[in-house]
Amino acid sequence: MTLTVEEMEYIKNELGRDPNPLEYGMLDIMFSEHCSYKSSRPVLALFPTKGEKVIIGPGDDAGIVDLTEDLALVMGMESHNHPSAIEPYGGAGTGIGGIIRDIISMGAMPVALLDSLRFGPLEDQRSRYLFEYAVKGISDYGNQVGVPTVGGEVEFHENYRLNPLVNVVCAGLVRKDSIIRGIAPNVGDVFVLMGGRTGRDGIHGVTFASEELTSSSELESRPAVQVADPFTKKQVMEATLEALEEIDIQGLKDLGGGGLTCCISEMAAKGGNGALMELSKVPLREEGMTPYEIMLSESQERMVFVVKPGDVEILLAIFQKYELSYAVIGEVTDDGLMVVTREGEVMAELPCELLADPPLVEREAREPVRDDEYVELVDSSADEALLALLSSLNIASKKWVYRQFDHEVQIRTVVKPGDDAAVLRVDQERGFTLTTDCNNIHCYLDPYHGGAGAVAEAIRNVVAMGSEPLCMVDCLNFGNPEKPEVFWQFKECVQGMSDLAHRFNLPVISGNVSFYNETEGVTVNPSPVVGVAGVMDLKDIRTTPFKNEGDVIILIGHTHPELDGSAYHKTMHGVMQGKAPQVDIEAEYQSAQAVLDLVKNDDQGSITALHDLSNGGLGVALAEMALEGGLGAVVDLSSVPGNLDMTPIQVLFSESHSRYLLTVQEGSAHEVITHLTGNGVPTASIGRVEGKMLVIDQAGLTINVEELKNAYQGAVEKFMS
Amino acid sequence: MKVGIIRFPGSNCDRDVFHVLGLVGCEGEYIWWNQRDLSKFDAIVIPGGFSYGDYLRAGAIAAITPVIDGIKEVVKEDKPVLGICNGAQILAEVGLVPGVFTLNENAQFICKWEEMEVKTTRSPFTRLYKKGETIKMPIAHGEGRYYNPHIDDLKDQDQVVLSFVGNNPNGSIEGITGVCDLDGRVCAVMPHPERASESILGSDDGIKFFKGMVNY
Repeated sequence: MTLTVEEMEYIKNELGRDPNPLEYGMLDIMFSEHCSYKSSRPVLALFPTKGEKVIIGPGDDAGIVDLTEDLALVMGMESHNHPSAIEPYGGAGTGIGGIIRDIISMGAMPVALLDSLRFGPLEDQRSRYLFEYAVKGISDYGNQVGVPTVGGEVEFHENYRLNPLVNVVCAGLVRKDSIIRGIAPNVGDVFVLMGGRTGRDGIHGVTFASEELTSSSELESRPAVQVADPFTKKQVMEATLEALEEIDIQGLKDLGGGGLTCCISEMAAKGGNGALMELSKVPLREEGMTPYEIMLSESQERMVFVVKPGDVEILLAIFQKYELSYAVIGEVTDDGLMVVTREGEVMAELPCELLADPPLVEREAREPVRDDEYVELVDSSADEALLALLSSLNIASKKWVYRQFDHEVQIRTVVKPGDDAAVLRVDQERGFTLTTDCNNIHCYLDPYHGGAGAVAEAIRNVVAMGSEPLCMVDCLNFGNPEKPEVFWQFKECVQGMSDLAHRFNLPVISGNVSFYNETEGVTVNPSPVVGVAGVMDLKDIRTTPFKNEGDVIILIGHTHPELDGSAYHKTMHGVMQGKAPQVDIEAEYQSAQAVLDLVKNDDQGSITALHDLSNGGLGVALAEMALEGGLGAVVDLSSVPGNLDMTPIQVLFSESHSRYLLTVQEGSAHEVITHLTGNGVPTASIGRVEGKMLVIDQAGLTINVEELKNAYQGAVEKFMS
Repeated sequence: MKVGIIRFPGSNCDRDVFHVLGLVGCEGEYIWWNQRDLSKFDAIVIPGGFSYGDYLRAGAIAAITPVIDGIKEVVKEDKPVLGICNGAQILAEVGLVPGVFTLNENAQFICKWEEMEVKTTRSPFTRLYKKGETIKMPIAHGEGRYYNPHIDDLKDQDQVVLSFVGNNPNGSIEGITGVCDLDGRVCAVMPHPERASESILGSDDGIKFFKGMVNY
């Protein structure tokens, strides 16, 4: 049980009595960090959440932004970290199920998934097991439901070994006149529960998510992991879409963390109403379930519809067609109370507001004392370093992962996994891009710049496809917020993310906070994972690979001597300390605008490739463009914009932000450079696409493209096959 | 031309097939698994997905639904029937095409674009290709490894429709990934022609499957 003494006092005061055991359980769940955001809410208020495109911001199951004349883009993000640490197959699968339901709840068709995965090193047997089965869980679930998994990212780091992170973004499309919300607006409407039956699984899932894990968690907490059932989910999805076509649904919400307690009380509270609910109506999977179990169960694949009594018959006929269980379980009342009865006898009676709006908790934040002395390191050979970086797991191709995901179903996927961001079409002319990002080492070394950097990198990914950033979602994974050092990391990260998002007018439309990612004294690195969507004309798509011999390679943005926290330091020296790359917000904005401006005005198609710089810096970005295009390049580092006093290793592997690489047809290169430098954007031609070798004389680097490809491909496979 | 698109619980490429039928000027209509009378349709497509969650094995439960009786009638009337991915598995399970599609050699789901050769053009779905032509389409399946102990008969009777070129991703016997019945009108393919029917998606090599069906 997790209610604090102060919270119990507050509850007794509000009620004027002690809660009974069922009420206590309901309050316990609603006061959990997972449901209430009681620690994080004041900090999250920093985010920009408004904008002319925002239709629904944070607070509902998912956020919604304007996309085309008729359509809106729905987007949400969720974590399923603790369940995946205990039972990776079911944990990861149900994580997908939960976020898909959130999208459906807004009346939308889910059209894309992205997975953001963080695991321990694959050298470790347990990490391999967790990783393999989490990927399999995602594959079996996402593929069956028929929602393409179009992107995501994977990071490996020692301190995710016992506490992996499984974060999922889901995007959906909805007609603007068909948006539904999780609300019970009219007294007299009825609640219809539909989908899977209610069983004993997932009880205390949210309280389990709001505590640290221990070595005995695997045994003790398995019952708190829900069972994945993608087949039923598909039926739930189809039935919901059909119901949305057929009748005027007043409110719709999925059952996730907190089960019926959370779903019904939040809908009623949002409508300013109350709810009366009869337990004997709930279709159960097992006999003898107590009211406590029914109200707290987190069994999957369930939805609650709020409809006018006259519409019930049509609704039930649809559910019958899809062979789903269903029941009218209660009605919307006007007294603001959530009343739970069994055979008419009152079992619980609590104000909806008390359940849905627990008091905030003020947490102490304190900057940790850390040894962040810069270490003097001897430069490695550039050849060796580049090949090692390309085959390091955080950079190497993730084909082993995305091959197992159906990324084509729904025939929208124009740019497939493996590029900077996925591009999906809306119609023949318009599309949207999706990406997720976070660099946990940067966030550990400097939560402010790491947080800002996560948003910056996600924006760069979207811009590097030729698309304009539209909105952002996030999943903030941290340790125990009751520890001042952890809470400090959280505040700093959010501040950095927020400052960057404000500059880009990029609204945060939905998100999720996952605290307590600690196991046996190991706290995960702060991992504020960012999902960004962009909007674009499909004719503006620019991809990573080099296209033609002779094209000029242009670098945009300053390179600083920022090797601390880099993939180079980690891979070549095993060092993760020092000062993380700093985000110059103005420079980031300027670079992005310059690139978008170029692409939008490039009617001739003279910009032939576009890629952003992040993990592994310039060296890795050049290599990726070469190996994907099967073409080499001759590169001159002397004109790279930035500090002149850098070693070739610094220039090649610094992870400075605000940078993009592009290739331009020879005839247009001069014009592009003049235009950019004229606008004050640091720009230089650094070489040209040529032959089958990547040649960088100053670094003494000459590597065959085939060799680059071999290093980049097959690194994950080596551990997993 | 009216084309029936069979829907089982778990079908997930039904809307995609509907979309592509529209591109070739066909009128698609969804048919729920409990329908038996398909006489008003000129052709039938069984789209991909995971009918009944692939429980037992892919296609096993769909194969004993009423709509299969309807499809058998359609076959008797010499109208074209195309099964894609899970649809192919169902046609094999029912026995309307020879052989079986079983677990991929690497026991994993594989989603990937592959090159394949058109081995016969006598099927309505391949009549617009050239025999021996190489085309590019994506596969996306966990149980797509084709096996048939009577492989020589299959070849003698010109029942191989598609086979992989250069790479055999799922371990199919002789790389075979599409087969037809004796007269070629019932066709089962593991790759997804509907996902390769518009160049913006990577290739329009697959659209001839649908164009060939029109006015056959």
